[in-house]
Amino acid sequence: MAYFLFRRTLGFVLTLLAVSVVVFAVMNVLPGDPALTILGMDASDDALAALREQLGLNAPLVTRYFSWVWNALQGDFGLSHSFRVPVSELIAERLPMTISLAVAGMLVTLVLALSLGITAAAQHRRAGDWGVMFLSQLGIAVPAFWLSILLVMLFAVKLRWLPPGGFAGWSDPVAAIRSLILPTVALALVQSAVLARVTRSSALEVMRQDFVRTARASGLSQRRVLWRHVLPNALVPIVTIVGMQFAALVTGTIVIENVFYLPGLGRLIFQSIANRDLPTVQALVMLFAAIVVTANFVVDLLYVVIDPRLKART
Amino acid sequence: MIELANLSAHFGDAAALRDVTLTIQRGDQLGIVGESGSGKTLLALCLMGMASDSAHLTGRLSIDGRDMARASERDWQQLRSRRVAMVFQEPMAALNPLRRVGDTVMEPMLLHEGLSRGEARKRALSLFEEVGIPNPDQRLRQFPHEMSGGQRQRVLIALALACNPALLIADEPTTALDANVALRITDLLQRLAREREMALVFISHDLAAVARATDDIVVMYAGDMVERGPTAEVLNAPAHPYTKGLLGARPDPGVAVRDVKGKRRRLPTIPGAVPPLHALPQGCRFSGRCPVELPCCAAQRPVFSQTDQARGAACHLLTERRDD
Repeated sequence: MAYFLFRRTLGFVLTLLAVSVVVFAVMNVLPGDPALTILGMDASDDALAALREQLGLNAPLVTRYFSWVWNALQGDFGLSHSFRVPVSELIAERLPMTISLAVAGMLVTLVLALSLGITAAAQHRRAGDWGVMFLSQLGIAVPAFWLSILLVMLFAVKLRWLPPGGFAGWSDPVAAIRSLILPTVALALVQSAVLARVTRSSALEVMRQDFVRTARASGLSQRRVLWRHVLPNALVPIVTIVGMQFAALVTGTIVIENVFYLPGLGRLIFQSIANRDLPTVQALVMLFAAIVVTANFVVDLLYVVIDPRLKART
Repeated sequence: MIELANLSAHFGDAAALRDVTLTIQRGDQLGIVGESGSGKTLLALCLMGMASDSAHLTGRLSIDGRDMARASERDWQQLRSRRVAMVFQEPMAALNPLRRVGDTVMEPMLLHEGLSRGEARKRALSLFEEVGIPNPDQRLRQFPHEMSGGQRQRVLIALALACNPALLIADEPTTALDANVALRITDLLQRLAREREMALVFISHDLAAVARATDDIVVMYAGDMVERGPTAEVLNAPAHPYTKGLLGARPDPGVAVRDVKGKRRRLPTIPGAVPPLHALPQGCRFSGRCPVELPCCAAQRPVFSQTDQARGAACHLLTERRDD
């Protein structure tokens, strides 16, 4: 067990390191001179040279990489070229938005997908099953941005139940939740469609096993058998997909935040790319990558929590 | 307590169980034997209300005077564990691998009898002792994968006894265990049934185990009850050719493995296998494999008739003889 934890943690750290090398290399090999971007096309050569010196762009690539990592570890991602404030401030300002959206999206996905998937499995080859399978097929086929637009048209423009976009922060919780509903639904529906299918097939697999019959023979209700005996045993494939989906949700916020004008990291990365704001883009890409790697790491740890047999084996 | 009258189970047009008629009283120890496919497990599942949804039941299945043949799943949930309980064949797979065995055993007590966790734990401990699990205190906290096959089967028996059922069905409880352990589990079931004055239905193709654990026996073939009677009498003097065949197919320690010429003796077997449901013969379902078949056997179904006070069989040979 200790060895397993050590190995996974080491793998986690090494992956992050590898990601940082790739991110740094890609960003610094890309054409485009940050000094030129900052000062504009008609800047003098002297000014450009001075700024390059000031930004440390003249140092060798390896030195720049290590100083970037060293500063990043201390929470310093440099100065944003376009916003003229530290990148860390930009991130701190917008992270709560994106995390709220991703977590809400994940929760809605879990609730929807698990209940639909289990219902479909319990109703195997009957009406409920067909219904869920049809809806999930539809959900998989529809792209998130298009669904978002439809949702805005219906609930914000036509019915006027919910705001079409924007987010004013958590100081007014009711308003905050209201403005999160549509983006959350748009994010979650597609993911639930995928996860419901996984849940269904995994649960069907488990329902064939003997211990389910034992549970029924103990006089347990169907509901209890499904949620307390079948679902926990069906969780391993579900958690694998959830880990991947959390990553997809975080990156999915890029599209959703732009559709709904939400001031989050997704919108920030979009603007920064357009502004050639290298330090910001670099920090954000690294951050998104780190979230994905962390999600996978957490999933690995969850396997052991779910299945005591793995604890014995690892 | 339990009464079956002409209980049949059909899958579409095919009868997987035909006209089973028997009664089980408190304290009865009944063996059900037959090859794979003879319908013995289906019969057990019927007694638990757990035959598959596609099985259409007809006839009477009464438990405590209530006809359950067409009862709803909810009604059955009331009876399971409290009146009828079952131990299945595969102890390796029959326990939820993610739960501590103590939690599994306590679950029906908490749900059906509303015991507190402390009370349930106390009962689980005494059940573990009763079924012969050493260090019950420690075992309650273990996961199935930390136990041997024999121990798991004991846990399953404890689970079945959790709410003091009146009938315990054991479906091939020893098939997956090695011989020594199997013997001890058989004896345990028999002892539990006696001490708790509980009815035991012991399903097996192991005639020796059935002989050891039961007083009465039902021989099944392809969904038909072909012979019934006191275990000792039926096994000593089988009336039905199928029962004779089953007994012949058993290795006899009294007979040398090699004959006088030093050739390996072959165990007598019943030729062929139980035909599939859709290809069963019209008349007696054993016709075609029967060594003493009469002309009428293939076309006409023999009636189950009493040959003795407690015994009966379904075979044309028996009725023919009486006609003479």
